[in-house]
Amino acid sequence: MGRQTPLFAQHLELGARMVDFGGWDMPVQYSSQLAEHHAVRRAAGMFDVSHMCAIDLEGARTRALLRHLLANDVARLQAPGKALYSCMLNEQGGVRDDLIVYFIAADRFRLVVNAGTRDADLAWIRAQAAPFGVTVTERGDLAMLAVQGPEARSRAAQLLDAANGAAALTLGNFFGRQLGSWFVARTGYTGEDGFEIMMPAADAVPAWRQLAALGVAPCGLGARDTLRLEAGMNLYGNDMDEHTNPLESGLAWTVSLNDASRDFIGRAALETTTRQGVGRKLAGLVLEDRGVLRSHQRVVSNAGDGETTSGGFSPTLERSIALARLPAAATGTVQVDIRGKLLAARIVPLPFVRHGQSQLQEKPQ
Amino acid sequence: MSKLPPDLKYTSSHEWVRSLPDGTVEIGITDHAQSALGDLVFVDVPEAGRAVKAGEACVVVESVKAASDVYSPLSGEITAGNPVLASEPEAVNKDAYGAWLIRLKPAAGALEQAQLLSAADYQKVLDAEGG
Repeated sequence: MGRQTPLFAQHLELGARMVDFGGWDMPVQYSSQLAEHHAVRRAAGMFDVSHMCAIDLEGARTRALLRHLLANDVARLQAPGKALYSCMLNEQGGVRDDLIVYFIAADRFRLVVNAGTRDADLAWIRAQAAPFGVTVTERGDLAMLAVQGPEARSRAAQLLDAANGAAALTLGNFFGRQLGSWFVARTGYTGEDGFEIMMPAADAVPAWRQLAALGVAPCGLGARDTLRLEAGMNLYGNDMDEHTNPLESGLAWTVSLNDASRDFIGRAALETTTRQGVGRKLAGLVLEDRGVLRSHQRVVSNAGDGETTSGGFSPTLERSIALARLPAAATGTVQVDIRGKLLAARIVPLPFVRHGQSQLQEKPQ
Repeated sequence: MSKLPPDLKYTSSHEWVRSLPDGTVEIGITDHAQSALGDLVFVDVPEAGRAVKAGEACVVVESVKAASDVYSPLSGEITAGNPVLASEPEAVNKDAYGAWLIRLKPAAGALEQAQLLSAADYQKVLDAEGG
């Protein structure tokens, strides 16, 4: 028996199929993963993401701590509520976790980290925070709902009172704000607009039911995975981990080297890698032949072999897509070893899908 | 769980077998199997003419979650893969007992050797699995 979120009984009541995810009992699907996926692309869906962990950091030197702890630079966060996506690295430049950091106030920031790395992250952050005199608080008292899709914000805002609902709808992209007892953020992991809402655990079931009554579809981790894959977003543990660095994981854009005086954990290793040349990249693949790409399939390219890190069927594109770690010089068409057959796939720019629309360019004639 | 068609035979690995008047059989996966797999997005059926042994993997069904082999319950020669499934793999989810995967001409004595289950016996298998 794994850990349970405040919505566990609700998921069982809805007939969800439950799976272990990072030590948590989570719904993988309720009825049809395809229908759940399409609900998010076309209207609105909701995910219980309470297994993810909010961590509050407080203290005068919180910003200095985060400039040391994270590969992205929280100096970029100047407007209260602004969020930043970053990797947290080890000294070798490997990715300990990827996370979102919210700037709440000069002495207060909030992190949201992955479920599977939750305990290791907390221990690591506490160890790093001590010399900065920063208080680290695990917010196990909060539940987290992601409401995603073109209709998500307008429906979710109806759960708030008039003033807070209006305030939620004025949130800019990648901003969050405390509205009453809820922290509402315009963030997500689907490639659609929407909110991620942190709330007292006792609010989770009523909020879930109200959203359902507003036509927001319950969605499981299965749909969450195909949505994020279409959106070209990495999954920690699949597409990058402690043994891969952000530069070879499609995350160079999240590493800030601008301030030469900023000594963040992993910086020296990344600079060495950059000098020596980054040998690998994370690329998008679209399968040209019939079949389904999965993770850990061998990829044969014009620059050597690589491997798929995430793969699946894209319900929006109605064909199979993958992320693959390939030699940096790989271009054009590759072959993927699917159960002993070499099938053709094409390297394409990410994302595959954005706001419900295919981003695939037609093949040049 | 829907009622099991009484005219079919079953395996404990969740395939069904329908005997056709011409002596060939249709083979598919049960409603329990399609439900466990989730939405199917690709079915790879073999070419006609291939000889298979009982217990040999002969079809790959890929759902949104994973790829799974389907094993032939009988030895024989494949006479057809269901052509509908190339464009409509979801037909298996919608009608597991209508959407056959392959047709097969059983080898001599293969049907008897296969020790297929009646609907009632297969129901016991499902009950034992908690299905």
